[in-house]
Amino acid sequence: MNPVRKRKLLLLLFILTVMALVIALVMYALRQNISLFYTPTQVAQGEVSGARAIRLGGMVVKNSIYHSPNDLSVTFKLTDFNKTVEVTYRGILPDLFREEQGIVAMGNVMDNKHFKATEVLAKHDANYMPPEVRDSLVKSGGKSVQ
Amino acid sequence: MIAEIGLFSLILALVFASLLVIIPAIGLKTGKTELIDSAPIYVIGQFCFVAFAYVALTLCFLSNDFTVIYVLTNSSISLPWFYKLCAVWGGHEGSMLLWVAILSLWMLAVTLFSKKLENQFKTRVLIVLGALSVGFILFLLSTSNPFLRQFQVLDSQGRDLNPLLQDLGFLFHPPMLYMGYVGFSVAFAFAIAALWMGKLESNWTKWTRPWTLAAWCCLTAGITLGSWWAYRELGWGGWWFWDPVENASFMPWLVGTALIHSLAVSEQRRQFMAWTLLLAITAFSLSLIGTFLVRSGVLTSVHAFAVDPQRGTYILGFLLLVIGGSLLLFALRAQTLQRVENPALVSRESALLLNNVFLAVIMLTVLMGTVYPLLIDGLGLGKLSVGAPYFNAVFVPIMIPLLILMGLGIHLKWQRDSLNRIAIRLIAIAAMSIVVPLMLLILFANHINGYTLLGLTLAFWLILSTLKLLQIRIRQRGVNALGQAFLGMVVAHCGIAVTVIGIAVSTGYGVQDDVRMAPGSKAKLAGYTINFIEEKNLSGPNYHGAQATFTIDNGKEIKTIYPEKRIYNVGKMAMTESAIDVNPFRDIYVALGEPLDDTAWSVRLYFKPFIRWIWAGGFMVLAGGLLALTDRRYLINPGKKPVEAEGAPI
Repeated sequence: MNPVRKRKLLLLLFILTVMALVIALVMYALRQNISLFYTPTQVAQGEVSGARAIRLGGMVVKNSIYHSPNDLSVTFKLTDFNKTVEVTYRGILPDLFREEQGIVAMGNVMDNKHFKATEVLAKHDANYMPPEVRDSLVKSGGKSVQ
Repeated sequence: MIAEIGLFSLILALVFASLLVIIPAIGLKTGKTELIDSAPIYVIGQFCFVAFAYVALTLCFLSNDFTVIYVLTNSSISLPWFYKLCAVWGGHEGSMLLWVAILSLWMLAVTLFSKKLENQFKTRVLIVLGALSVGFILFLLSTSNPFLRQFQVLDSQGRDLNPLLQDLGFLFHPPMLYMGYVGFSVAFAFAIAALWMGKLESNWTKWTRPWTLAAWCCLTAGITLGSWWAYRELGWGGWWFWDPVENASFMPWLVGTALIHSLAVSEQRRQFMAWTLLLAITAFSLSLIGTFLVRSGVLTSVHAFAVDPQRGTYILGFLLLVIGGSLLLFALRAQTLQRVENPALVSRESALLLNNVFLAVIMLTVLMGTVYPLLIDGLGLGKLSVGAPYFNAVFVPIMIPLLILMGLGIHLKWQRDSLNRIAIRLIAIAAMSIVVPLMLLILFANHINGYTLLGLTLAFWLILSTLKLLQIRIRQRGVNALGQAFLGMVVAHCGIAVTVIGIAVSTGYGVQDDVRMAPGSKAKLAGYTINFIEEKNLSGPNYHGAQATFTIDNGKEIKTIYPEKRIYNVGKMAMTESAIDVNPFRDIYVALGEPLDDTAWSVRLYFKPFIRWIWAGGFMVLAGGLLALTDRRYLINPGKKPVEAEGAPI
């Protein structure tokens, strides 16, 4: 093999090795760090295991927000107009969190009625509804949403 | 009236852009020089009319013309005037107009500052840019006309600009980012023009490099400002979220960085020509994809204000045409441009090639994480999201070898070098960069965080190794003969190290606490006592809310800061205005959460050591880019005989 070929082969082998390593890394990281999206109905029907963190999307039920008087614990109900799940969370809720607003909670399912959130997401402006939430609300057919 | 003038100007700009594509192309075909030479006139025409349109839209904002739908949805009577100026690009339509305006500006710059370019080549560059303008102006006119009127809502006060965007950071962040995005169109046009000619002038890299650097500098500034804005406005103290829109700006930056380095090899050694062209195409393609991701509303993120399938279809078609077309052209022509020389395995060429491989790989992993949810959703396999942990898990392990390489590669010679020589030169530095951070942590920190130690080690290695090279160069050549490009490299590489220090220390030693506080209560945070003094009502031009007074006491002196909670009157949207006590070595960050009862608030407290270094590093990278940009060899006409074209014309 002449030196030019050899060098090219080495280069190719090197790039392939790097790519293989990176693909392995990406697959591993994806497996560990994606979170699937579920609706309150799916949680209530016991379709979701509590072992993995998921995203739960729905509308915050009116008059369901309860702040603990002692610390920053808060509970509220999340609905897709079909089933309702009670969410507990400890920490500061985002600015756009309010009653009758579509939000996404990240965390683990405790049982068919309870969800423990580690993070609550409510970005965007007041008219905005996260597409996943809108889809799930439309799917469960309770109410047509803008 | 003003809106109609704006619309009419935009149509005239489209006419000029079309002429720019057609007339000089006919000239090139038939060899009529007067047609070829007319290109600059159309560029100036296009620029003037786009500028008219932009000014017209600005005037609509300043005069509160709420019959214009775009003004109605993005402004209000009570919005301060300087926010009205940036509300022009606060929504989809206006930001696309800004895009076109900046593209026209770059085109004007190419026309004015490329006197020494060969006419045939320059004309082709302008034709390519003209074609891009046609695509974007057509997009504006057909799907996102900012001058559209309505006559249903007449007594409106305006729906106001999204409060998130009412911030100082927003004055500069989007225009800088767009300058960068769109700036890569120039490098792209240079690449396409070269492929179109079928030959590469020997000066091609010398012409392309300053334009690429300029765009890259703008993008660097845009990203840094964006991160700072996120920290203050969005983030509850976070400065990078791996949000799809951030990724959309980060990917072109990564490829742009690779491009700058491969251009260095192409310029000095006439190697990697095809690869450089491919990078130039990729960088701009990623900017376009960024626009697509953000503007089509495919991705849900705070920046996605548009949800409109027609726009998505147009951009997708445009993307396919531009990216597919240019890659096809590349595949057909690139081989003829190659010149193969074979540097040794250990050489600066190899190091820079490796740098390119790493940067490209990082870009691909970011791309993967960004589009994976779309792919899965598109295939009907469910809805999921890829969170920041994925990006951290992938990004950090690839950055480590890249940072090590940055310290090594700069010492290597072109063509051939030996590892032994480098090892002897750098062994002491390698040892120091492990020992010194360890000592510092033992001295100044109460425990040792492994990740911080790793980050500091890499940063020290990079800084010490770069300074060592600086010292050697000064000894060899003297201070005055260093060259701006070299100094730019030194500053930019040290800037990366400074950012790494900021990230490592603030992540490893930052303290966060969410507490319940009422006026009169106090909290302890990392050795500081934070007192909630009082709360009073607040009223601003277009918002009301509460302002709290906090003092920060470190035992010696007391600082007072005023975090706010604002409710914007029009959208009834709540916004947290955090208050930060800044010094170069730490931030104390206080943000009001929500009122819990009559007096108490949930309050977030942060102690963030060295966080300012993240942005300081970003600005150092920018400064490095600017230094390299003003290198003499780009500013002064080289005057040497430049014509030594390579490759065969087809």
